[in-house]
Amino acid sequence: MAADQLSRVFSALADPTRRDMVARLAVDDATVNQLAAPYDVSLQAVSKHLKVLEAAGLVSRSREAQRRPVHLEAQVFDLMTKWIERYRRQAEERYKRLDAVLAAMTEDGTETTQAGTTKRGTTQSSSSEGAAS
Amino acid sequence: MTSTTHPETTISAVPDLPIVEIVREFDAPPEQVFRAHVDRDLFTQWIGPRDIDMRVEQWDARTGGSYRYVHGRGDEEYGFYGSFHEVRPNERIVQTFGFDGWPDAVSLEILTLEDLGSGRTRLRGQSIVESIEARDAMLASGMESGVVQGYEKLDDLLAG
Repeated sequence: MAADQLSRVFSALADPTRRDMVARLAVDDATVNQLAAPYDVSLQAVSKHLKVLEAAGLVSRSREAQRRPVHLEAQVFDLMTKWIERYRRQAEERYKRLDAVLAAMTEDGTETTQAGTTKRGTTQSSSSEGAAS
Repeated sequence: MTSTTHPETTISAVPDLPIVEIVREFDAPPEQVFRAHVDRDLFTQWIGPRDIDMRVEQWDARTGGSYRYVHGRGDEEYGFYGSFHEVRPNERIVQTFGFDGWPDAVSLEILTLEDLGSGRTRLRGQSIVESIEARDAMLASGMESGVVQGYEKLDDLLAG
């Protein structure tokens, strides 16, 4: 479910006008009229964009009478940020391991491979699952 | 702006492009970073998490070459494979990346190494996939690495 939402969020933000609207809503709530003002498009077109943003859960519209200001749902961005952050951490960990390998290369000067380390996957505590190698 | 001695990995995903970009700097000259990517033994030492068995079944890191390796944890095995489109020493590696579990989702990996001087290198990795959906799935795969975060702590303990 979270994956679907992420996809909807990304595709909603694929449009530059919608990104621009989101950027403006990040500053403050706004009505459809206010949102439409800077663009050379019809109110209907702006409403259409808003529907896409609404479907992605990025914005909500309050029911209060005529003004119905559009509100940015900031927590959806948190979700995106979380996903990307996890991916980033995974990469960062990999590169920390690379840091260690590079540091070992520097110390060794020319020839690098710490001969014994190639089988480093075999730690003392990892034998519970049986050897898959 | 914020300059630490070890700037961490940055990731960017442009909403409307099926690309994920990774940037990371290393305290080593491009020659070394390059070698850690093409030397089979060195590559094996860092590519996978510590608790994972890494078996390299095919390794020819030259232009036109190919690779295949299998990660194993318990009874589960995950195979990864691809071709080396271009291996340009110390500068650039272009390769495809595929996963046995999802053979339709190939990505093109473009790695460039920039010499920052003083023995430092900036690595830029671009992963280009077929569709926005595939890109999202790739980002989502980070979910599974929640487990891996535990090892980060272990690494810190061991290093400390």
